[in-house]
Amino acid sequence: MSILHTVNKSSFEKSSLDSCLRYAKDGSTLLLYEDGVYAALKGAASEEKIKSAMQNHKVCALGPDLKARGFSQDRVIDGVSLIDYAGFVDLAAEAEKVQAWV
Amino acid sequence: MSEEERTDDEGGVIKKFMYVNRRAPYGTVYALESLEVVLIGAAFDQDVSMVFIDDGVFEIKKGQDTAEIGMKNFSPTYRALEMYDVEKLYVSQESLAERGLTEDDLLVDVEVMPDSRIADLMDEQDVIFTF
Amino acid sequence: MPIEVSGKSLETDEEGYLANINEWEPGVAEVMSKEDDLELTSEHWDIINFLREYYEEYQIAPAVRVLTKAVGKRMGKEKGNSKYLYGLFPYGPGKQACRYAGLPKPTGCV
Repeated sequence: MSILHTVNKSSFEKSSLDSCLRYAKDGSTLLLYEDGVYAALKGAASEEKIKSAMQNHKVCALGPDLKARGFSQDRVIDGVSLIDYAGFVDLAAEAEKVQAWV
Repeated sequence: MSEEERTDDEGGVIKKFMYVNRRAPYGTVYALESLEVVLIGAAFDQDVSMVFIDDGVFEIKKGQDTAEIGMKNFSPTYRALEMYDVEKLYVSQESLAERGLTEDDLLVDVEVMPDSRIADLMDEQDVIFTF
Repeated sequence: MPIEVSGKSLETDEEGYLANINEWEPGVAEVMSKEDDLELTSEHWDIINFLREYYEEYQIAPAVRVLTKAVGKRMGKEKGNSKYLYGLFPYGPGKQACRYAGLPKPTGCV
């Protein structure tokens, strides 16, 4: 069964995203929220990392956190799904368990 | 340390204060704390500059809208800095590029410069606070 | 201590500043000034309204030095000086006018 991995720290500052991707099994879901959403930006140094993660994982980012930080959907890497808080709850409910890479 | 001492009208020594911002705005409290310290410190008529490096460049990203996350959007306050006579705002060119940002993404007028130039500026300061 | 404004009880902090800026209405300034034995004139309201606009734009209560400068820019030199502003708000234009306007205490004021 599948794990929902959540990352809420900036990948430019902390290694949480790298660690998460090192252990996340194929087919599991990655959700970026709070400062974690910066990793989903087009043209950022993290772009290749996210694109390669998308080959084996569903990648989501929390829309309200992107909006708070001044980024609209067109600045986010294509293929990353933006979700709202209700979507966050749905992902957590659908997953067998949640692993929070805080 | 700067070689020659500058003084204000009353003969007080003016020191060079640099505030280095290197954290994103809402995940931690550093950005807001730094901004408040700068605004309070502005009352002392020193030679103040603010530098945005690393994730600190996200502090001055245009178009922040925090309504849905239930936190105060303090980004408009950076535009008040000029009235507090804080006019030297420097941004790391490398930090912007690493994050897919350009000068057009920023909500205040800044001077974008390479890290080597920022390193020189740091070297010239009397006091540096890093947040 | 909460203050009573048009039948509603509004929360304030220990120094009398409104806890929630969104609860402000003109009656707040009326009630607070009455407690200070100050009668609000249109000159007072110009400053209070200016502060509310300033906060709306910059999300900060300006230090008195900055307020003085900004008032001068907007309303002219004869109003943008400490003598005029302290004449209107004897407890300090930063603190007192911000309090009436529902703003927090100016950053940097002790």
